[in-house]
Amino acid sequence: MGGKRKTNENEGMEGEEDSKHNIKKMKKEKSEILPSSIKNKEKRSAVHAKLKHQKKLDKRKKLKARDAAAKRALELGEEPPPKQIPRTIENTREADETVCMPDDEELFAGNDADEFSAVLKHDRTPKILITTCRFNSTRGPAFITELLSVIPNSHYYKRGTYDLKKIVEYANNKEFTSIIVVHTNRREPDALLIIGLPDGPTAHFKLSSLVLRKDIKNHGNPTSHEPELVLNNFTTRLGHRIGRLIQSLFPQSPNFRGRRVVTFHNQRDFIFFRHHRYIFETKEIKQSESKGKKAKDTKGESISKEKVIARLQECGPRFTLKLVSLQHGTFDTRGGEFEWVHKPEMDTSRRRFFL
Amino acid sequence: MQHDEVIWQVIRHKHCSFMSKITTGIFCRNPYNVTGICNRSSCPLANSRYATIRDHDGVFYLYMKTIERAHKPNDLWERVKLPRNYEKALELIDKHLMYWPKLLVHKIKQRLTKMTQMRIRMRKLALKTREKIMTTPRKEKKREARREEKAEKAAVLDKAIEKELLARLENGIYDGIYNLPFNKFLQTLDTDELQAEDENEEESEVEYVEGNFELEEEDDIEDLGMKDYHLSNDEEVDDDDDDDDDDDDEVNAVEEQRVRRKPKSAHEKSEKDEFGKKLKKRPRIHVEVEHEEGGERQKVTF
Repeated sequence: MGGKRKTNENEGMEGEEDSKHNIKKMKKEKSEILPSSIKNKEKRSAVHAKLKHQKKLDKRKKLKARDAAAKRALELGEEPPPKQIPRTIENTREADETVCMPDDEELFAGNDADEFSAVLKHDRTPKILITTCRFNSTRGPAFITELLSVIPNSHYYKRGTYDLKKIVEYANNKEFTSIIVVHTNRREPDALLIIGLPDGPTAHFKLSSLVLRKDIKNHGNPTSHEPELVLNNFTTRLGHRIGRLIQSLFPQSPNFRGRRVVTFHNQRDFIFFRHHRYIFETKEIKQSESKGKKAKDTKGESISKEKVIARLQECGPRFTLKLVSLQHGTFDTRGGEFEWVHKPEMDTSRRRFFL
Repeated sequence: MQHDEVIWQVIRHKHCSFMSKITTGIFCRNPYNVTGICNRSSCPLANSRYATIRDHDGVFYLYMKTIERAHKPNDLWERVKLPRNYEKALELIDKHLMYWPKLLVHKIKQRLTKMTQMRIRMRKLALKTREKIMTTPRKEKKREARREEKAEKAAVLDKAIEKELLARLENGIYDGIYNLPFNKFLQTLDTDELQAEDENEEESEVEYVEGNFELEEEDDIEDLGMKDYHLSNDEEVDDDDDDDDDDDDEVNAVEEQRVRRKPKSAHEKSEKDEFGKKLKKRPRIHVEVEHEEGGERQKVTF
């Protein structure tokens, strides 16, 4: 390349003025667009720095122009130019054909026929059996006591060395609706297995970032009212199914007076669990004029507006779940049919999510 | 010619690729070794007449080597399948190794015993479920942790929950429990107070008290479906829908104060006082209740 450039230069020098300029322009353009093509490190870094600086200046100029336009529009009383929407991962998520549409007949039919419909239609009250893996240690029991307080009508049984399949049978005999197995690894709970009964699906979640109640600042103490459930962002079919699985853990008749809400929020395939007590309050928002605050007007005027807000007080544990596999039928890793399994090749795209 | 002694001298003192020395002793890795220890009498290479038991897929075979076949390495080892039954296998060994040195036969029988025990235990364990330890590459763990953190930041959880709760409030799921926006409620109460002073309030007050206690006991859970039931009950007690709603609001507010555990603000205290006054005066609020098809939702319009 150096050789070629030399010949170019020679040509340029030998040729006429116009061609010389042309060639020089070409060279300049080339080096502006691709600083990586310059072999000389000093020159290359200099060009790159210049490019970056230029970009920064451009950005600042654009921002100023936008602000000025908005201000001008406000002053003139017109509508400000529309705000640009920033590009987020959620915005640019890969299109998924399994996203549930609101008018999907098939979805409703599927819902009626699936394993949770009995519980979700008030036919059975949820009764949960919580147990652990065979070797239990340190944080496990604390987490389990908190789970017992979060999920109403849940019972804890020690694991012993029973097979999970035996436990499933036992639970079926005793009319439980779900089993939750908390699995510990390296003295920390790190997996959750939710088995629906009698023949419900088995969902295996990876548990992370567990914060117990005592470690939360200003935590509240939950009451024993039935909690409300908030399930956010379960869009795809798989997500919908998982949402229903979670829903079947809680009683279907929440006590609104208890003001207790349990949230499972799905964001980028991570399900965040939160447990709050909430209260609605009115807050006055005084809209100050742009030319400074005038004398106080009475409340009846339109300047001060009231807004209803909700305030939350966190109680109970906080953790994150990530679905590892969903198996049709009760726990049977060898013979079971897996509806969804996480494979490493699914992580290749940063914009692709499954729940 | 087979010179066992020479072979042994060479192997032991120079180099044997099957020998492995560890802290507890010298072992032989040769698969045909009976005891597994590197010994003059246990070395399959240095003994021209030798026998072992080997296991193939849960079936035990007796392998024998004799000096007559020493020049034919391909056919060196003679294989006999041993029966499943332990006693029968012992008998078979006795039969085949009748005139062999007792020590070797003894060692072979010991090996058979050990192997049968192992086979039994392996089969028992295979029936039990054992946890399989899977490892995740460190890169994946770190990647997941990073993504989780970013997802948590992107999901502004508190705001999302608050938004959802407010949306539910707007939809009217909590109707009958909350009387927000509160100041408007007070205003309407104030304006309607003036109208209500003419009414005959004694009777309704008595009714109000009784009716409410009943309702409180019955109705713990305000569900959408249950609303209907609740209302119909009221209609029997009081002819006025309006009264009921008013009752609900006031009673609910009183209950709220009982149930509420958060620190009371001045705002809430004033609310309590106001309600005290209201109970005495019994104002009437004109509330329109729209019944939809299932009677599920109410809209309280001021």
